[in-house]
Amino acid sequence: MNSPRLPEPADLDLLALANRRAKGKRPQFLDDPAVERVLSVTLALAGELSVARERIDTLERLLVQRGVLGAADIDTFTPDAAALAARDAWGREYIARILRIVGQDVQAMNDAAEPTVEQWMDELGRNDEPAPG
Amino acid sequence: MSTAATPSWRQVGQHAVFPQATHDEIARFDFLTRLNMHLSQQVLPGVRQAWKTRVEPAFVAAQGRPAADRHEVRRAMQRDLHYQLWSTLRRNSMEMRQQAGRSVVFRQLGTLRDKADALNAGAATLKLDPTIEQPRYQRAVDIHCMPGSYHAEVVERDIAAGANYDAGLFVTTAGMLGRYADGGGQAIAEWLAKHRPEFKPKRILDIGCTIGHNIVPLAQAFPEAQVLAIDTAATVLRYAHARAQSLGVRNIEFRQAAGEAVPADDNSFDLVTTAMFWHETSTTAMPKIMREVHRVLAPGGITLHLEQPQYAGMEPFEAFMRDWDAYNNNEPFWTRMHEADLDRLLTQSGFAPGAYFETVMQAKVDRTLFPAPDPGSSSDGGGQEDYGRTPTWTAFGATKATAPSVATSP
Repeated sequence: MNSPRLPEPADLDLLALANRRAKGKRPQFLDDPAVERVLSVTLALAGELSVARERIDTLERLLVQRGVLGAADIDTFTPDAAALAARDAWGREYIARILRIVGQDVQAMNDAAEPTVEQWMDELGRNDEPAPG
Repeated sequence: MSTAATPSWRQVGQHAVFPQATHDEIARFDFLTRLNMHLSQQVLPGVRQAWKTRVEPAFVAAQGRPAADRHEVRRAMQRDLHYQLWSTLRRNSMEMRQQAGRSVVFRQLGTLRDKADALNAGAATLKLDPTIEQPRYQRAVDIHCMPGSYHAEVVERDIAAGANYDAGLFVTTAGMLGRYADGGGQAIAEWLAKHRPEFKPKRILDIGCTIGHNIVPLAQAFPEAQVLAIDTAATVLRYAHARAQSLGVRNIEFRQAAGEAVPADDNSFDLVTTAMFWHETSTTAMPKIMREVHRVLAPGGITLHLEQPQYAGMEPFEAFMRDWDAYNNNEPFWTRMHEADLDRLLTQSGFAPGAYFETVMQAKVDRTLFPAPDPGSSSDGGGQEDYGRTPTWTAFGATKATAPSVATSP
């Protein structure tokens, strides 16, 4: 056999291997392929959220087990005014970040109608472009 | 919602070459197990409901007759939103399970391979043959969306395909096949003990053994027997051998060979088995392999094959549901295999007319995973019908005539 030697395990590209597709044309289920992708991403995120939630649960249980927290401390925790304000600031920033695209759609609706980038290409490529200023 | 707790991957059966998972990797497997159970128990019933309440009535209204076969049901259902959603969720759960398993296995492949090497090196019970080619039906697509199928070699002396398959079986079947995913092999052993109590095979052949999970229970049930387990893929055979050795099962020889050319003399086995094998072959391979089964089986010997039920006589909707994996989970021969006339196949392969038999086998519930009542807790003990995923099989087979029988021509 003259086949080239395969790599050693330590030299593998782990990300590429973990995420390799299966040979065979992937079926399309939903009418819109874009929606199909969004659903796949959302389901993967749901999985990762479940993993993170389980990790927090482990953390809480270890803290209780080791006497750092009481069993009811988290559920009976009442944030003070400063904590509430900090959480609120974080929460608003968080929502704005994840809903950025929706917010920017609203901005665009409120802005004056804009030329397309192709129109700008033509405009900026003209020989008789007006001098700046 | 079923009140039975979902089995956790923490309960999965361990052995020397079984991959180890971190806290988060286990949480990821457990999410997928719960997702699979939710899909089969909560989302799947809606698919039949959609058919009964809206898709079938619309079909009948338009055509003036009920759907004639599973293909008409499929074409009508493909436009139904609930079916689309269930399908895409199920497909995604399969893909995510592969991603999760592969990210666990490849990061520790060096360690796992060292362990397998220690169990495999110089063993007379592992015989690999690099001249064996993967059949076209194995190379066409990656079977059940498993990247690289059973045979891709990523490193020298690779076992990754076996380790990934083993790690994920528990997730895909939600533990219903038991801690060692060996419910199929256990079902065959139990059936033989109950229905053929005098039968003590001395030589056993398993074709398409993959990681050997279904032949190990038979080797344990007949510890005096010599067992030959064959597969075309070296990756799964290396893993299967190390797995069996580590489980203390020493009476199985794992050998790289094709079912179309079993490396054995005529009349040399008392029992020939397969488990969920035929649907991963082809129309031309089936008779070749079955003729080999007949050839190597000793007169008076039994052959038994675990599969899903055939479509003949089945309600079109149920056949359509059972066909899902063919169209959507890279099982391209599944649909034709389940149309085959198996009685005729066996007769044409040399078995005597009337020798064919068919029965239903169920996996024994693993009480370490499912304290009573049974999962799904329905009165039949089989749980929610999941059209191919519940551990209930159709077993077919035959006893080879003690007097030489004349093969009937097609």
